[in-house]
Amino acid sequence: MKKKREINSVSARTSVVLHIIAIIGSLLCVLPFLLVIAISLTGEESIMKNGYQFIPSTFSLEGYKYIFKSGEMLFRAYANTILVTVVGTVAGTLIVALYAYPLSRPDFPYKKFFTTFILILMLFNGGFVASYILNVRILMLKNTFFALVLPSLGGGFYVFVTRTFFQQSIPYEIIESAKIDGCSESRIFLKMIIPLSLPVLAVNGLINIYGFWNNWQNCLYYITDDKLFTLQYVMQQALRDMQLMKNLAASGSAELQLSNITLPAESARMAMVIVGIGPIVAVYPFIQKYFVKGLTVGAIKG
Amino acid sequence: MKKIQRVNKYKALLVMMLPMVIVQILNGYLPLFGLTIAFKDVDYSKGLLGSDWIGLKNFEFMFASSDIWHIIANTIVYNLIFIVLGMAMAVALAIMLNEIRNRFMAKTYQTLLILPYFLSMVVVSYIVYAFLSPQYGFIPELFAKLGLPEIDWYSDPDLWRPLLVGIKMWSSVGYNSIIYLATLAGMDTSLFEAAMIDGASKWQQIRYITLPMLKTVMTVTLILSLGGIIKGDFGLFYQVPMNSPQLYPATDVIDTYVYRSLTQLGDIGMSSAVGFMQSVVGCILVIAANKIVKFIDSDQAIF
Repeated sequence: MKKKREINSVSARTSVVLHIIAIIGSLLCVLPFLLVIAISLTGEESIMKNGYQFIPSTFSLEGYKYIFKSGEMLFRAYANTILVTVVGTVAGTLIVALYAYPLSRPDFPYKKFFTTFILILMLFNGGFVASYILNVRILMLKNTFFALVLPSLGGGFYVFVTRTFFQQSIPYEIIESAKIDGCSESRIFLKMIIPLSLPVLAVNGLINIYGFWNNWQNCLYYITDDKLFTLQYVMQQALRDMQLMKNLAASGSAELQLSNITLPAESARMAMVIVGIGPIVAVYPFIQKYFVKGLTVGAIKG
Repeated sequence: MKKIQRVNKYKALLVMMLPMVIVQILNGYLPLFGLTIAFKDVDYSKGLLGSDWIGLKNFEFMFASSDIWHIIANTIVYNLIFIVLGMAMAVALAIMLNEIRNRFMAKTYQTLLILPYFLSMVVVSYIVYAFLSPQYGFIPELFAKLGLPEIDWYSDPDLWRPLLVGIKMWSSVGYNSIIYLATLAGMDTSLFEAAMIDGASKWQQIRYITLPMLKTVMTVTLILSLGGIIKGDFGLFYQVPMNSPQLYPATDVIDTYVYRSLTQLGDIGMSSAVGFMQSVVGCILVIAANKIVKFIDSDQAIF
């Protein structure tokens, strides 16, 4: 017997059409990415002969072997990216929470001032030239670790999202009673506010993780010292300059330098991209629900 | 005295806010003062504050340049297309996914559709390159196999106008639909059932119930994006076309132009004037958009 359709759902034929459109859309989103994976697994001669193909005519892991052997530069870039992401995420999430918490307190008398303080910058900003000159000429951030973190800190929008969350999910009464019991403000924040607001902190943290991991502009603007290059920046450079892939070998083992002729530069470059985004793409399906939550919390205006 | 007592009472909270205040001063307020360099002839030997004031000279140069109008037009037209097309596609996608009753499939589609959002523009530029590279690209190879004429994708600006719109939609529509989908999921289904009993078709339900319910979210999104209408997505316009000079007619937007004139030509005057204009117009646009929304329906204004 045919399963009874849910009330008010679309007709069976429309439903099929919807599925087909959704499948085509999903394929369009995923296939281009699969092409990069396919290239990274293709043998170099096969690329030279047939170009980039979805189905490799010769399968090869040489590209991956190459980048894992190719010496310090890439590993350092990986380490830099991880460090920037960790420091940036912790700092970024913490300062937003610390700022949003007083704003959420009904008894805090300077709410208006500190709200305006953030709001002004959401409306008006100095733009790239002023920030660039300031960071390079006055703060002397060029070729420092700070240049990779500081310019991306402090999104005003998330202050309001976080404040709204605090207001809605932490009743002021429990803060008040803790104060009467002699709890200090910093203790209240650490022992009560943080544990009670893990969902919003997780959302902010994740947004920061993606932001810092995928950031390459800070490196492009402020870094010329290859010890501080991040992964995205090395990738960005390698796309424009194949020589970079070959230079990687120079920093690697002697064995690699000798085998310069059979360098799997094409597949290695794509392998680098896959290795570079690996962790991010591997985990996003599991944490996307937090992004959904983050977006819907953000929809509540303040 | 009273004031000091009050500050004292909230000292701990004020200290908590300090890190963010410092970050905002460094990242936001100091550059805001830096906007004044648009009115200066910057000379590093005299220092930024000591450089000579030259009034509107930088702006005169900017508007005298033949490129600037073209670049402003590029920026605005692309953004208008991104906003309108992006919203239409995201809303349509959300309504479609919402009608798919098989929750597992709907969830799977959604997961796949937002994948591009999580890829950085550098990765996107690799993907585009994999398809279009003149040497080994998938599409040139395909064209060759099918006997179609050879096209040099990285040197024909006309191809890049639709291409950039397509890439932008590809990377953002799935993610942007999430917020509409979440709103739809929270809707009261009895409204639709009542409409159905009264004989409303699916299209009528969408037209008279679904879209009005999405109106608030759409308005807020619209206001937020209007402020950015003269900001070009630097990654999209600089990195994806690989900063190819032949493509500038189609790919040059304010942000790439400012970056280039500052870092490659070292033209501080011009780039700061363009930046100043961008900040001022952006601010006016957000406030104006908000005013208009307030006038139409005061509930939906952001501030």
